Amino acid sequence: MSEYQLNPDLFNDNVVMEPIRAGFGKGLKAVGETNEKVVALCADLTDSTQVSLFREAFPNRFIETGIAEQNLVTLASGLAMAGKIPFAVAYAAFSPGRNWEQIKTTIALNDQPVKIIASHAGISVGPDGATHQMLEDIALMRVIPNMVVIAPGDSIEAEKATRAIAENGKPSYMRLAREKTPIISTHDSPFEIGKAYIMRDGTDVSLIGTGAMTYQLLVAANILAEKGINAEVVHIPTIKPLDRETILDSARRTGRVVTAEEGQVAAGFGGAVAELLCEKMPTPLIRVGMQDRFGESGEPMQLFDHFKMTGEHIARTVEEFVRNTPQYHRQ
Amino acid sequence: MGKMLEIAELQMKANDLRVDVINMLEAAGSGHTAGSLDLAEIVTALYFNIMKIDPKNPDWAGRDIFLLSNGHTVPIQYAAMAEAGYFEKEELKTLRKLGSRLQGHPERVKLPGLENTSGPLGSGLSQAAGYAYSLQYLDNIKHRFVYVIMGDGELDEGNNWEAAMFAGKCKLSQLIGFIDRNNIQIDGSTENVMPLEDLRGKWESFGWHVIEIDGHNIKSIIDAVNMAKAITNRPCVIISYTIAGKGVDFMEYDYNWHGKAPNAEQASKALHELGVHGEDDSSEVNNYE
Repeated sequence: MSEYQLNPDLFNDNVVMEPIRAGFGKGLKAVGETNEKVVALCADLTDSTQVSLFREAFPNRFIETGIAEQNLVTLASGLAMAGKIPFAVAYAAFSPGRNWEQIKTTIALNDQPVKIIASHAGISVGPDGATHQMLEDIALMRVIPNMVVIAPGDSIEAEKATRAIAENGKPSYMRLAREKTPIISTHDSPFEIGKAYIMRDGTDVSLIGTGAMTYQLLVAANILAEKGINAEVVHIPTIKPLDRETILDSARRTGRVVTAEEGQVAAGFGGAVAELLCEKMPTPLIRVGMQDRFGESGEPMQLFDHFKMTGEHIARTVEEFVRNTPQYHRQ
Repeated sequence: MGKMLEIAELQMKANDLRVDVINMLEAAGSGHTAGSLDLAEIVTALYFNIMKIDPKNPDWAGRDIFLLSNGHTVPIQYAAMAEAGYFEKEELKTLRKLGSRLQGHPERVKLPGLENTSGPLGSGLSQAAGYAYSLQYLDNIKHRFVYVIMGDGELDEGNNWEAAMFAGKCKLSQLIGFIDRNNIQIDGSTENVMPLEDLRGKWESFGWHVIEIDGHNIKSIIDAVNMAKAITNRPCVIISYTIAGKGVDFMEYDYNWHGKAPNAEQASKALHELGVHGEDDSSEVNNYE
């Protein structure tokens, strides 16, 4: 049974909305207060990535690199070499979009505890268009050995994740989003690196989401319930290391799996779940997300609608999937 | 602590390290000969005169930091590290072999004493700048220095110039760079592939103090570092004019030796030029005593 404490106001009109990046900004300032080794670097995006909170509190531990993402992460590698815990912050489109090799060699292979923080990931960047909508970062980062990959589901979880990666001693990647999204968790909800959380119990299908897409799955589950379909919702804030047991247990119970992410499903989060299921327990699977195409300009909700990634669209997709696909149970 | 050797002794040691490089590369059957040979004097001066290090305690908190940005020249660093006592010379023969701590390009997590992992070009200066920034601004430690060797060809990489701009802005005075100005890269001479000149002017315009030296003159190398240490309001780069393949006549100036290892016959000839004599060279080749 799910003991996860969802935000009690989640489905009310007055649900609090906050950008996930805001939680990172608060969390970074908090870890700055308790750990003097924490330093932050930013590539000319200090306000919009919310590093400004840290900069104002600890100006001597903040480094402005200018628009230079290769230098951003390699400087961070050098700072880590000197015993610091650097948070290297930019937009996902540019970091890891532009500096992947430096991340691989000087951070991951070099095993330095640099934290790569990538704001403005996904199509929710909106009107800026495809150039700025980073959809490939999950795939790019999860393929690198040593790298921890995290996509928090809301601002509160981002704050907890920021504290957690500050202390984990490992190269870590965290993707954030620009737009306000509903707070799905509470301050008392658990967060641990590598753990998945069942947010709603179900028997007919497992809806497995990462980042803010988990909210869309919770919305979809409500719609499906009205149609007599009992969906389980699993939130996966840590894409790597993946909580394989929780995913496999859920898939074993429901016999059908749907993943959702704000990015390319190929090699992304859906790819990770597909790999797991194929190897350990082949289960019918649908992957919601970007299907091998670029985004485009538009308001975020228009884009979610256009690419069929809203709760309503997902509910329709899942309903059809459930009606047409027998549950696949292996015992 | 590295011993302070006389200049003549250091020059002999540089030659010994060249011998090790030829032996290692011949045993490995692959690797980068030209740059490894031409850095012999700079690496010797750093490990055996300039840097404060403790080979028996590689993580000693008071040590100077050495980063090899052009990681493909790591055989000369391995040779110096073995000579300094970081590990047994016998291990040099494992270069590039399965299971070796001496990877084809340096990997920090494999071998104590290596400060970073490099090979893909153009990132060493940034890492050095990060360390130097930490010393100067975060930890306020003034007596430690960060040395980084860059190849000249790798200056084609934009990452270097991002780092150069940053170091100039931050006046990283504990950062001392060497440029191995040997004028070669894989596709030919640097000035044909992608002209670097005016190299002094480039660095000066980025806010660096520039010193130009003969990179094979040990006294010049030591003097240049002492001058660089005395410059306290800017980072310093020492443009070191070297001869690719230095010490082996048939390799000198020839870019074809950039990424090639000598075969047995070539190695024997090279060792002869480096002063290793004997009927049966192979016995001497493997003599790391």
